[in-house]
Amino acid sequence: MSSLINRAFSNAKNENRPALLTYTVAGDNTKKKSLEILKSISNYVDICELGFPHNTPIADGGQIQTSAYRAIKNGIKINDVFSIAKNFKKIKKNKPIILMGYYNMIYQYNENKFLEKCKKSKVDGLIVVDLPYPENKNFASKCKKKGINFIQLVSPTTSQIRLKKIIKDSHDMIYYISMLSTTGGKLKVSPKKILEKYNKIKKQNKSKNVVIGFGITEKTIKSLKKADGLVVGSAICKEISKSIEKRQNAVTNVTNIVKRLKNKIL
Amino acid sequence: MKLRKKIPLIDQHDHNGFWGGKFGGSFIPETLKKPVEDLTREFSKLRNNKKFLKKRDYYFKNYIGSPTSLVKLENLSNHLGGAQIWAKVVSEANGGAHKIYNATVHALICKAMGKKYIVGDTGAGYAGKMLSMAAKKFGLKCKIFMGAKDIKRQKPNCDAMRKNGAEIVPVYSGSQTLVDAVSECMRYWVSNCDTTHMCVGSTVGPNIFVKICGWSTAQISRELKIQITQEFKKIPKKIKLINCVGGGSSAYGFWSEFIDFKKSRIELIGVEAGGPKNSKLHAAPLSRNAKIGILHGAASYVCQNNEGQINDTESISAGLDYPGVSPIHCFLKDTKRARYTYATDEEALKAHVMVTKFEKLNPSLEPSHAFAEAIKIAPKLSKDTIIIVNSCGDAKKDRDILKERLGKN
Ligand SMILES: Cc1ncc(COP(=O)(O)O)c(C=O)c1O
Repeated sequence: MSSLINRAFSNAKNENRPALLTYTVAGDNTKKKSLEILKSISNYVDICELGFPHNTPIADGGQIQTSAYRAIKNGIKINDVFSIAKNFKKIKKNKPIILMGYYNMIYQYNENKFLEKCKKSKVDGLIVVDLPYPENKNFASKCKKKGINFIQLVSPTTSQIRLKKIIKDSHDMIYYISMLSTTGGKLKVSPKKILEKYNKIKKQNKSKNVVIGFGITEKTIKSLKKADGLVVGSAICKEISKSIEKRQNAVTNVTNIVKRLKNKIL
Repeated sequence: MKLRKKIPLIDQHDHNGFWGGKFGGSFIPETLKKPVEDLTREFSKLRNNKKFLKKRDYYFKNYIGSPTSLVKLENLSNHLGGAQIWAKVVSEANGGAHKIYNATVHALICKAMGKKYIVGDTGAGYAGKMLSMAAKKFGLKCKIFMGAKDIKRQKPNCDAMRKNGAEIVPVYSGSQTLVDAVSECMRYWVSNCDTTHMCVGSTVGPNIFVKICGWSTAQISRELKIQITQEFKKIPKKIKLINCVGGGSSAYGFWSEFIDFKKSRIELIGVEAGGPKNSKLHAAPLSRNAKIGILHGAASYVCQNNEGQINDTESISAGLDYPGVSPIHCFLKDTKRARYTYATDEEALKAHVMVTKFEKLNPSLEPSHAFAEAIKIAPKLSKDTIIIVNSCGDAKKDRDILKERLGKN
């Protein structure tokens, strides 16, 4: 049977639009709130990415850092992340959820135990920011054995030879980083250029779903709608920060921005 | 896990970049793979290029001022009794600390790679000051990332950086110290790696940065070996080389030529920052048995909690105030070739006071940690034991802290 992730992409394709992926940080700003946000936005989102926050995130910009520090300060633990995922899947059985974070957290938890827990919580995929190819080979194959998608990242600096190898080693989904940037950077490359590189990746293997992320906001999302999927992270984390600052309802505000994002790519 | 002889320690890693099979590596975001591979290729070319080596030696001699002197601390030795205490006064190097070796080499590599921008992290401000000096010397534009807390406590070095035309980028996240500066510097590199070269200020970070830094500071022990032989006719039977350890670049540089010797003949002692006497916080992952973790692209012993969140650290010495440590020191610890211990803030201060009282030497708070250990063990040792301390930094930068803690200028 095809994975939930694959099915989410075919559903979107059937509707002639890219899949919408969101990134929120587990426990931002509380365990309860982040689950509520997840449940509410998943009505409009095809795949939910859920970050397990680390306090030394070397590839994240200000917005996601703020969310991560806030969640950690509010006491989020890795087991809470799993319980958020599990509770989410109880209600949204068919909505794919991808956990995303840094390798030290997995290393301390123990790789096998971590994957066992992912499986029990019905996590569909994993993105590990600082575990690149080929260092990730061993872990990626462990994921595969457990039926969990290990999602490889590709960036504008990835060479052609590397690209071939990464794609060959990838599972259902590949994440293309749109530009040289941490998360939350302003889109500094033209959409045309981004799509050119995206097409090169697609050409290697049409059956892999390639999503584009980094720098995607309400302003830029439409220009990239030719992709299989688009990931929005910092713009959402920023909305949570703003809501907290203004003492507004984060669930409503985040849901509204997600609706607007979705409308732009219909 | 075993050390090999006749191969520099920096080259004793496997093809994945791990020392002893588990320390080091390159845990980096995909975007940095290419710049790291480019740098790795370039460095392995340059270190075998005679012209480049000549250039390095030229600048080490004429710009940095090698060799720095080896002096006997007669008064201190007499006062304590026991072993003879010597110091290698690495703080004589241009700029006032060993950080100049790594900075100079990185600036030369940056030039060789045709890049015009260079960025680096700093804690004590020495790595930043030296990089700003080297950048100025070689015509590079320089940005230094520094924790806001360190900017306050190491003002003299910040003034120097600005005078050299470098931009200091204050880092306000986390504990606002070195760990945050390194993170922010790496983030900047992720976004600008096409035009910019990154220098990591110690033997930490992804594998290649450990190697470049160690290769650079190794100059210290090349000099020391010659100096010891000249001074004692041959290498004495009982030597102890004591060095402070933050990231571990001065310690590696001080020891590299002596690692092949038997421990019973040349003992290597690393001294970490124990933090305030009554605080739970410290920056001593090796000597206080931290677990292995991944920080800034490498696996090493790291002060962290069960979840893998990096712990806050605390030390009077900004240069040692770092939760991780070089993978090569983890390797030296696990193979038992080196012994690691710590000194508290108070012990380091006391050592500073004692050394400056008896000698014409003004060690900064980092090497004062090493002196604390020397002072502790010297009285118990025989007269024919030679203790050599790497006095790797000058206390001018610590003026404000010393004034506050000791009430003197
Ligand atoms: C004078 C001095 N000594 C020691 C250190 C610690 O670094 P490392 O262990 O790499 O020598 C620093 C770092 O800033 C320093 O400035």
